[in-house]
Amino acid sequence: MAVPKRRTSRSNTRSRRAQWKATTPALAKCPRGHVVRPHTVCPTCGRYNDRQVIDV
Amino acid sequence: MPTPTKGPRLGGSPAHERLLLANLATALFEHGGITTTETKAKRLRPYAERLVTFAKRGDLDSRRRVLRVVRDKSVVHVLFTEIGPRYANRDGGYTRIVKLGPRKGDNAPLARIELVEAMTVAQEAVSEAERARGSRFIPRRRPTGATAEAAADLAKESPTAAAVAAEAAETAVERVEAIASDDDTAVNDTAVDGGAAVDDEPGTPRTE
Repeated sequence: MAVPKRRTSRSNTRSRRAQWKATTPALAKCPRGHVVRPHTVCPTCGRYNDRQVIDV
Repeated sequence: MPTPTKGPRLGGSPAHERLLLANLATALFEHGGITTTETKAKRLRPYAERLVTFAKRGDLDSRRRVLRVVRDKSVVHVLFTEIGPRYANRDGGYTRIVKLGPRKGDNAPLARIELVEAMTVAQEAVSEAERARGSRFIPRRRPTGATAEAAADLAKESPTAAAVAAEAAETAVERVEAIASDDDTAVNDTAVDGGAAVDDEPGTPRTE
């Protein structure tokens, strides 16, 4: 089995991990002003297209 | 016929997928709406709508074909007596999928799939109008039913309505003459139309 010849340096580890970035989520506003994911039922008021979809 | 699915089956094997979809469809017809993952909801939609189409047909053969999938007889009964007749005037699109966001635990995107409500009077009027106007999906036909009645009422007030009413009356005359001499339809068609309008053969959609 292949095994690493050298220990990964602190620099290499940190350089690799520096690329792990979070992306900002796409957000929209529901008609009642809550912040929601687009094309998704509003988790706060449970409505989508002015229709009650889920019980809140 | 729904488009065949490509790629891996739900649950890993074809048999597992069949069972999954059958159970999902049964639950959907039993409760009117279910919450599941987005992928399963999307796969269930064409499957369930095909079963509703069988329910609309409503004969013994289609009932047996549905029973091959939905094993619960009481659910099939509800499907054929309530759900099928509810969609008598709706051409497809019996279900609705709304996204609910990721699930806590495995972050799987959830969705709610539900049977849509029966058409309201306003929606029926819109579909009647669409049919009268003629679109890519609904070929143009001579106005009938509510449209013809409304056009006859408004014939004096607008030239458009008068034209529609005249066209509807033409259809009525054609129908009467067809009953009078049902054996030679070819002669009848030319006599009524007089070469003025393009006649609507049933089954041949007219493109504009």
